[in-house]
Amino acid sequence: MQSKMKESDPILEVENLFASTDNLPILKGVSLTVYPGEIHAIMGRNGCGKSTLSKIIAGHPSYNITNGNIIFSGENINSLEPEERAQSGIFLGFQYPIEIPGVSNLEFLRVSTNSRRKFLNKEELDTFDFEELVKEKLELVKMDHAFLSRSVNQGFSGGEKKRNEILQMALLEPKIAILDETDSGLDIDALRIVATGIKKISNAQTGIILITHYQRLLDEIEPNYVHVMSDGQIIRTGGSDLALELEKKGYEWTDNFVKET
Amino acid sequence: MGVSFVRVYKANCNWLFLDNMVNENLVKEVVKEPYKYGFVTDIETEKIAKGLNEEIIRLISQKKEEPKYLLDFRLKAFKKWQKMNEPDWAGLGYKQIDYQDIIYYSAPKQKEKISSLDEVDPKLLETFDKLGIPLTEQKKLTNVAVDAVFDSVSIATTFREELAEHGVIFCSISEAVKNHSELIEKYLGTVVPASDNYFAALNSAVFSDGSFVYIPKGVTCPMDLSSYFRINSGDSGQFERTLIIAEESSSVSYLEGCTAPMFDTNTLHAAVVELIALDDASIKYSTVQNWYAGDEEGVGGIFNFVTKRGKCLGKRSKISWSQVETGSAITWKYPSCLLLGEESVGEFYSVALTNNLQQADTGTKMIHIGPKTKSTIVSKGISAGNSKNSYRGLVKIGTKAKGSRNYSQCDSMLIGDQASANTFPYIKSQQPNSEIEHEASTCRISEDQLFYLQSRGIEFEEAISMMVSGFCRDVFNQLPMEFAAEADKLLALKLEGSVG
Repeated sequence: MQSKMKESDPILEVENLFASTDNLPILKGVSLTVYPGEIHAIMGRNGCGKSTLSKIIAGHPSYNITNGNIIFSGENINSLEPEERAQSGIFLGFQYPIEIPGVSNLEFLRVSTNSRRKFLNKEELDTFDFEELVKEKLELVKMDHAFLSRSVNQGFSGGEKKRNEILQMALLEPKIAILDETDSGLDIDALRIVATGIKKISNAQTGIILITHYQRLLDEIEPNYVHVMSDGQIIRTGGSDLALELEKKGYEWTDNFVKET
Repeated sequence: MGVSFVRVYKANCNWLFLDNMVNENLVKEVVKEPYKYGFVTDIETEKIAKGLNEEIIRLISQKKEEPKYLLDFRLKAFKKWQKMNEPDWAGLGYKQIDYQDIIYYSAPKQKEKISSLDEVDPKLLETFDKLGIPLTEQKKLTNVAVDAVFDSVSIATTFREELAEHGVIFCSISEAVKNHSELIEKYLGTVVPASDNYFAALNSAVFSDGSFVYIPKGVTCPMDLSSYFRINSGDSGQFERTLIIAEESSSVSYLEGCTAPMFDTNTLHAAVVELIALDDASIKYSTVQNWYAGDEEGVGGIFNFVTKRGKCLGKRSKISWSQVETGSAITWKYPSCLLLGEESVGEFYSVALTNNLQQADTGTKMIHIGPKTKSTIVSKGISAGNSKNSYRGLVKIGTKAKGSRNYSQCDSMLIGDQASANTFPYIKSQQPNSEIEHEASTCRISEDQLFYLQSRGIEFEEAISMMVSGFCRDVFNQLPMEFAAEADKLLALKLEGSVG
């Protein structure tokens, strides 16, 4: 893999990662390196381990790493708590954002943002200052102010939930964002809003991993690399044309691939 | 409880719990937050001898220079109490109380007649300062009048003159006996009769002080009224009695807070609260109960056996109870409403949090007697550690309560796998033309919810605490603003370390 950003250090290095849940192996040796400014797409059938990979990088407690390492900004984060990973700049956009009854979205966003700011030695924001900041970011995802007074994701439509995820990403300014099927369940307009939001938030210092089934998100955000996953492994890596070919030929086409080393 | 239950529902409805996928080590530890009100004030007190008999009751009455009717009231109650048995239907497990080993009157020594706050022992003022309830003219809370009760007596009541301008009487019940005897004689024991239950009878016999509130016709009380109860002595019980009367078209919001030092012995607290609302009157009674709960092994803590009841005597009258119960080793209380007046309204909003070896059995009784009466019950129980937390409530619709309605919602949240939660809603309806609704929405703190919050940088403990306050939101919304903030903080403190 050649990249123009190679002079800088990688943001994320997944090294030969094996992981299981309830003794059931899910990841069977995944390696992936993301440099600043890169956009990676991971594609593959349902159940191939895409979502698991994203959850493990974010520190989900249900999965055990049985072998391999996750290196973030040069540090092994295998044993860090999810909140420590988030504070240091790992963001996971959920495929199915979770509803939290009774907890106001505004307060949630504020506490979350402050946890990241604290890590960055930035001043924590009070309610008033935070409202100013969030107003600005709401624009990015074309969300109404009224979203803030509702309970976290409760009663949100599919599209609203996904936009709320991107809003969180905008507030947290992560170093790496893993977006798990952020495009699923979105209509064309919402997809465009989300894609535009992602593009505006990302820059030469950030890395993005898009987990998706569809080309249509990749039409909006062109990836530097496309990885195809199957049965817990990355079986092929290519440029953005790989996704186009996949779109044309379907996953059956990938069944004959052997794992690249 | 003097009502026989005809239909009994025993339902373990709506358990909101952390599913066992959650790292058990994280949730195993229980509340370790030190109790910050656990100090003892070193003050000379006047105590009478331990024990309970007719002589002791005569002595208490004599010390308080009470009229004969009140002494008779006490003696009658004592006779009834002697014939009664301590109730055990709540299934609470605790060391048997030795009623002869309790001091029934304990008061800080001070000058006989105190004409102003300046004459109150500075140590007492300091104590209340430390509790966040400053009483002196310069420092007193500006938006709320406070009656401060220390062990058996009321120390001071702020804003009395200002309230008097509106005709509002707010003083200790001992003073009310002296200055407003006709009201005491007319109303005392009319909502909670002396023979109502074991602890109410005990209180009626030995009650020492408490607060008295009278809101005249047409008056909206210009500020919130508040009583702060402080137990200081380790060997004396606290038996306060509160009486609130809201005349026609009046309204009042009353707040109550309680703390006690940490002793390794158990202290008995058996209070009685009576509320009376006449036509179109409304009383809002809010409690934040934070008595010492005992230590992690369940040593020490307050035994809190309380009878609170409101009588909606008048048409369209309204009594609303809201409570946040976080303290005490044992909590046994059922703030209730007797809905007599046509279209009267009763409400009960409760958050009960138990941890370690605490036991809480709390709920309400809504007794619909008048037609078109309405009641609402929202109860949120949270149990952590090895604690036991039960909601026990009765909704009774009488034969004349045509067109009456009740709505109940009881939710429980379990934290960890050692705590228990129960819901016992008793329903008895004798009126076909009425509606009773019992809702049990199911929600739970799932691993996914926790992970979601954590993946946004929010610490595990804070995530739990956010969800707990979210769970209690419906009740907190009912509390006066300052109280709601305090309650939120209190729950967070109580849960701190519970999941470390």
